[in-house]
Amino acid sequence: MTEDSSHHQPGSELATVEERYPVPDPGLEPHLPRLTDVDEKAANRATRQVATFFGLVPILCIGFVVVYFAVPGDVWVDFGPLRANGRNLLLGLTFGLALLFLGVGAVQWARKLMDDQEKIDYRHSAASSDASKNYMLTELDKVVDETKLTRRKVIGRSLLAALATILLPMIVGLADLGPWPTKKKRAETIERTIWAPGVRVVNDITFEPIKPEDIEIGQLINAEPANLEELEGAEFQIEKAKAAAIVVRMDPNTITIPPTRQGWNIGGILCYSKICTHVGCPISLWEQQTHHLLCPCHQSTFDLGDAGKVVFGPAARPLPQLPVMLDAEGYIVAQRDFLVPPGPSYFERDSRNDSP
Amino acid sequence: MRLLSSRRRHPAAKALLLVAGLFLMGALYSVIAPPAHVLAETGNSQQIAEGKALFAVGCASCHGLNGEGQVEGTIQGPPLAGVGAAAVDFQVSSGRMPMSRPEQQAPVKPNEYSEEEVAALAAYVASLGPGPAIPEPAAYDTANLSAEDLARGGELFRTNCSACHNFEGAGGALPNGKYAPPLIGLDNKRIYEAMITGPQQMPVFDDEVVTPEDKRAIIGYLQALHEQPTNGGLALGGVGPVSEGLWAWIIGLGGLIFFAMWITTRGVKAK
Repeated sequence: MTEDSSHHQPGSELATVEERYPVPDPGLEPHLPRLTDVDEKAANRATRQVATFFGLVPILCIGFVVVYFAVPGDVWVDFGPLRANGRNLLLGLTFGLALLFLGVGAVQWARKLMDDQEKIDYRHSAASSDASKNYMLTELDKVVDETKLTRRKVIGRSLLAALATILLPMIVGLADLGPWPTKKKRAETIERTIWAPGVRVVNDITFEPIKPEDIEIGQLINAEPANLEELEGAEFQIEKAKAAAIVVRMDPNTITIPPTRQGWNIGGILCYSKICTHVGCPISLWEQQTHHLLCPCHQSTFDLGDAGKVVFGPAARPLPQLPVMLDAEGYIVAQRDFLVPPGPSYFERDSRNDSP
Repeated sequence: MRLLSSRRRHPAAKALLLVAGLFLMGALYSVIAPPAHVLAETGNSQQIAEGKALFAVGCASCHGLNGEGQVEGTIQGPPLAGVGAAAVDFQVSSGRMPMSRPEQQAPVKPNEYSEEEVAALAAYVASLGPGPAIPEPAAYDTANLSAEDLARGGELFRTNCSACHNFEGAGGALPNGKYAPPLIGLDNKRIYEAMITGPQQMPVFDDEVVTPEDKRAIIGYLQALHEQPTNGGLALGGVGPVSEGLWAWIIGLGGLIFFAMWITTRGVKAK
C-alpha cells in the first residue's frame, strides 16, 4: 500500500469499515506514466493527430456550406436497391464527419496529452453552516417586512384567494376528459353500436351490400353497417371503430355452433366484431383453413369456427358475434345489435353474457 | 368435261360423288362454323388428357389420382374439385405446387413446368368441377388507373389486406410457422389469382364482393407503391417509427456504446 491509501480516515471508523468489508480498500492504483509522458516524440505525434482532427473540422464545415449552395436537390445516388438524395448525403457526410472528428480529436487529446493524475476530492457535509442559516432567516424576515404583508394583511388574504381560484378553471377543464361513465352514459356510448335490426351488412369502403350467394367458403369480408355511410366526421370514426365487423363463410360441417346461437348464421356465414377483446385492435388476420383469427398486436387468437372462443393469447373474452339474417331482397342484415359490448374490457363491464 | 360426262355411268361414280359431296360439306362447315376454343381454362379433351397425365406424375401422390384429395395419413392434400384453373395457375406458376415435402406452408420456388404444361394441368383440374378461371389480362391491367383509383385501392388494401400482408405489402408472420408472403415485385395476374382463389390460409376475396374494378385498384396501388424509390435508405416494411426507432436505438446507439467502450479498452500507459 502506498501513500495513496492515506485517504482512509484514521481512528475507530477505519476499524469498523474493515469489520464490515473483510477485504481492505486497496485504494487507488499506482500512477503509471503514458508513452506520451515519457517519450517526447510520441507526444509530438499525438499532438499532430489531435491537430489534424481539429484541422479537418473547418474544411468539412466549409464543405457543408459549399454543398448546401452548390449541389442541386434533385441529384440521386443509388446504392444497390437503396436510393439517397445526393445533397442530403453530402450534407450528412460533411457535417457528421466534422462532429465525429471534433469528438475524436477531443478524446485523443484527453487520453494522450492532458494530465491524467488521479486526484481525490473528499465529500463534505451537505448542510449549510449555522452562520449562513441564520443569515438566510434574517434576510427572509427582512423581505417579509419589506413587502408590508405583516401590516397590510388584506393583500396577503386577497392574494391567497386569487391563487386558490386560479386553480378552478384548470380543474374544471379536466371535465373535458370525457363524460363521467355512469351506467346510463355507458349504455349510450360504449355499450351500443349502430347495428340495429334490419341494418344491412355492407363492405367496408365500398358500402356494397352482400348476398350470401356472393360469398364462397373461405371468404372474408371486412364489413360495416350500412347506416354508417350517413355519418360524418368524429361521429363516423367513433361508430366505425365500434361497429366494424368481419363476415366469414365456413363449411357448416366443420364448425361448432352452440345451441344458443343456432339461428345467428346463414348456412355457415357468420359475422363477428372486428375489434379484439383484449385492447381493441382491429383484427382481420384470418386463416381460412384453421378458422383462427389472429390479432397482430398481442397474438390473441380466436376460433371463429367455435363461437369466437379464445384459443391463444391474452384476450380474456370471446369475440362478440353479430346475429345475421336475410332481408326481403336477399341481402345479409343484422338481427339486432351485439348482445355484449364489443371491444376491450373496462372496469364496469358486465362480462356474464360473453360466452354462449 | 367430256372426260367426266362420258364416265358418269361408271360403277364408282356414285361412291366418288358421295365422297366429293361429303368433302365439300366438311370444308364448308369448317369455314362457317366458329373455331374451337383452345384456351387453357376451357381446354379441349387433348389438353385435359395431357394435364391428367402430368397430374398423375406430379400431383396425385398428395391430391389423389383423380384429384379427390387425401385427408388422412402423413401425406395430405386437399380435394381439387372446384378450385378452378386460377388456383392451379397460381400455385404451379409460382412454384408452390408441387410441394417438395409436407410443410406448414408451401414456399415459393422455381417453377419446373412450362407454360403449356401449367395450362394443361389447369385445364384438367378445371374439368373436375367449376371454379374460378384464369383471369383475362384486361382484368388486371393497371395501366389506365387514375390517381383516385389508386387512392381507393390503397384504402381497400389497408382494409382488406394489410392485416396479414403489412401496410406496404411487405408480408408478415402467421401462427405456427405460417406466413403471409411479401407482395413486392409480383405479377398483376398472380395477385389477382390469389384474391379469387384464397390460396392456403388466405381468405377468398371473390369478384362479387371485391369487384374486379376494386381488385384492379388494389393491384395498381401496390405496384405504384413499390415503384416509388425508397429515398433515404431501408424502408423496413414501412411499419413506421417503431421499427425505425428500434434500428436507431440498437444499431445507432448500440454502436456508439461499443465505440465508447472500445476507446477505454485501448490502454495508453507506457507499461
